[in-house]
Amino acid sequence: MSDIEEAITQAHHEQWARVVATLTRRFGDLDIAEEAAAEAFATAVERWMAEGVPPNPGGWLTTTANRKAIDRIRRESKRDDKHKEGQMLYDDDPPEPLGAIDDDRLRLIFTCCHPALALETRVALTLRMVGGLTVPEIARAFLVQETAMGRRITRAKSKIKAARIPYRVPSAEDLPARVSGVLAVLFLVFNEGYLATGPDTDPVRHELTAEAIRLTRLIRALMPADGEVAGLLALMLLTEARRTARVSASGELVSLDEQDRGAWDADLIAEGHRLVRERLAAGVAPGRYQILAAINAVHTSARDVRDTDWSQVVALYNQLVRLDPSPIVALNQAIAVAEIDGPDVALAAIDRLEDKLADYHAYHATRANLLRRLGRSQESRAAYDKAIELAGNTAEIAYLTRRRDQLGT
Amino acid sequence: MQYLVSVIDDKSNPGSTDRQPAISAFNERLIAEGYWVFAGGLADTDAATVVDNRGEQVVFSDGPFVESKEYLAGVWVWEAPDLEVALKLATEASKVCDRKIEVRPFQ
Repeated sequence: MSDIEEAITQAHHEQWARVVATLTRRFGDLDIAEEAAAEAFATAVERWMAEGVPPNPGGWLTTTANRKAIDRIRRESKRDDKHKEGQMLYDDDPPEPLGAIDDDRLRLIFTCCHPALALETRVALTLRMVGGLTVPEIARAFLVQETAMGRRITRAKSKIKAARIPYRVPSAEDLPARVSGVLAVLFLVFNEGYLATGPDTDPVRHELTAEAIRLTRLIRALMPADGEVAGLLALMLLTEARRTARVSASGELVSLDEQDRGAWDADLIAEGHRLVRERLAAGVAPGRYQILAAINAVHTSARDVRDTDWSQVVALYNQLVRLDPSPIVALNQAIAVAEIDGPDVALAAIDRLEDKLADYHAYHATRANLLRRLGRSQESRAAYDKAIELAGNTAEIAYLTRRRDQLGT
Repeated sequence: MQYLVSVIDDKSNPGSTDRQPAISAFNERLIAEGYWVFAGGLADTDAATVVDNRGEQVVFSDGPFVESKEYLAGVWVWEAPDLEVALKLATEASKVCDRKIEVRPFQ
């Protein structure tokens, strides 16, 4: 990639959300903001190639996008919109703030993650408006038709406009609930990348995990005091650090205990550990993401799987269960319990979850593993069969199939 | 901006029937705070008549325009600055009415 191309890619990453957010504030319209931002980046590709990268790429892009938006409004406006147009063209807002807290982008994120929109719509809209992903890219990420995804995004934008979903950061009393919705959207993007579903996708979609981390970093920069934002970022970093060790050359999932720990990304682990320590030092009761990050910090602290501090993992799961008594958390708790109290105790615990988790592949995979350790091969085989039938990730299916076929009779 | 706020009841699983005093108090508040434009409860869907005069002859038929287990039990029109405010009021309204509430902006 040439220096100029690299500068354009970097500007897209760093400036897209800022440009869209600034224009949304000024023109009050997501469509205009998005189209003008896209035009400005297209113009940048042409002009920067010929003339070099301007000294202030962000300023250049914002100014160009503003001009494009005004051209568009002039072209499209009808007589009765003239008054509104006059207002839009007169920008009396102070110049773009360049400080750490950029309210425009934060407002844009909260607008895209508004609870009046369906969760899948929030995800798509955030990736489009904040992340700058194209509609085909988002459609590919979630395995839906491009036209369907395009319609979903268009409908969301028109709902924001017609129902007048405000472009603002929610009030202090609403903030905690709304932030958790934003984090849920980002975690969903990350997980879809980390455990991609579908027979025709790569088992790990790095572009999605990277995008989720980038957007979470953005929220972290905008809301540095929020513990759960820090927790989610740490959780993603500590998970991402193990990405390359998680799938073998033959495309099979490598479980945590079999991973080559030397292949883990030391920088990401160090950064994740720093965040976890920062949260511990804060002395505030941790939320769900902070506890999950702490669990991952324990796993990534052990140089060898035999050094894993399982009692601490179990203690953290006990804390998590009190916060989130869902059967999936109970399942993960049981996996840790097996390491301390043995597979028979864990098996008894997870058998109680059958009603709720009968359709969840990880339930059957966990059972299969515990039954195998107890020497109950035939039951283990049946559980592996069920897990394979329900799993959606190709690497996971390959792993489960091999484990099943290794069973003695 | 005005929002049509529909109260949705369910034939097979209706909400409680003792809500009138609470709804009246809620209406008083909507009026006092400047959100109230119009409100009205509706008689049962049995009382609805559909008129179709698109053809040569007018046809009167019984019942609401869509047959479903859920039906429109009443409406408000609210004047609110944005959806956030309307949804906050609707959250209260759902509790007050003990029913589902649909919020939809006028065009």
